[in-house]
Amino acid sequence: MSALGDLSPYLVLILVGFLPNEVWRLLGLVLARGLNEDSEWVVWSRAVATAILAGVIAKLVLFSAGALAAIPLAVRIGATGAGFVAFLAIRRSIFAGVLVGEAVLLLGGFFFAR
Amino acid sequence: MAEPSTFSSARAAFLGGVRSALTSVFLLVLGGTYIGIGALAHDFGFSAWWLALSTVLVWAAPAQVILLSALGAGSALFEAAIAVTLSAIRLFPMVVALLPLLRDEKRRLSHLLLPTHFTSVSMWVESLRLLPALPREWRLAFCNGLSVGYLSTAVAFGFVGFYLAAGLPTLLAGALLFLTPMSFLLSTARGARAMVDRGALLLGLVIGPVLAWYHVELDLMWTGIVGGTLAYAVHRMREAAS
Repeated sequence: MSALGDLSPYLVLILVGFLPNEVWRLLGLVLARGLNEDSEWVVWSRAVATAILAGVIAKLVLFSAGALAAIPLAVRIGATGAGFVAFLAIRRSIFAGVLVGEAVLLLGGFFFAR
Repeated sequence: MAEPSTFSSARAAFLGGVRSALTSVFLLVLGGTYIGIGALAHDFGFSAWWLALSTVLVWAAPAQVILLSALGAGSALFEAAIAVTLSAIRLFPMVVALLPLLRDEKRRLSHLLLPTHFTSVSMWVESLRLLPALPREWRLAFCNGLSVGYLSTAVAFGFVGFYLAAGLPTLLAGALLFLTPMSFLLSTARGARAMVDRGALLLGLVIGPVLAWYHVELDLMWTGIVGGTLAYAVHRMREAAS
């Protein structure tokens, strides 16, 4: 948490986590009338949010920290791919996909861990 | 579940909401997600109470994951705040869609503050499904109960993940950490029904790591703006062509 500097972690939570997130909810409360969920602006903002989240997901798998970094990169990528294929194959079930991904990660980690 | 319209008081409606949350299919997903987030918080050196407070205050798993990983990796505060706010824009249309269901002549705007804060994917999907069948007078209490049920579950599982990650051998702790990217990838893919969302998902998966690899400043912000706008542009061109 080196970036926190001298600020208290709780102050950082308010300023960097709570407020930037909450502002959109409050904006919705104030402007709640007459915005169509299919409006172009909403479509764009959903695409931006999806791309950011996807970026975070990829970074967590590719540039893992801590305990996950002890499992080789090839195993992490293979497990993610296997989980995704299982998700597609088994009625788009998140549960099945996570289960298969975790199983591949554990097996791979068990045999190839550094 | 009891017939929802038979509530006799606001208190009963609130408890009905809590019960509905605790018996919902989302509970499993929410539990797994917050076990992963708890492990992540432990790994990045945050305290368990900091995580619990972040769940109560932020109450959006994607924003929390972004916050934890950006702060934990030592990003600038400004950069973390931008990434969090860009991920939160989607809350705006969700609130806009939810509030008309809760509005009632007698209620003042301040009564809508709690459901506004509670708005998040799980609560929103269930509210839109269940509220229309309820008499208007019980909807607010039911919705607050539903949210409190989900929120307490998330806080509890955050603690579980945090302390599991602290006590487990490395391989199992790694598997807990893997829950977050795996479950987020699949739930995002499942939610991405429109072509534009699938495009944004794919572009984000590619652009995010490339920008991070080259140490581009504000990499998450650019991932969102470039990936999201490209996906949107493709969607507009396809619409224009058809």
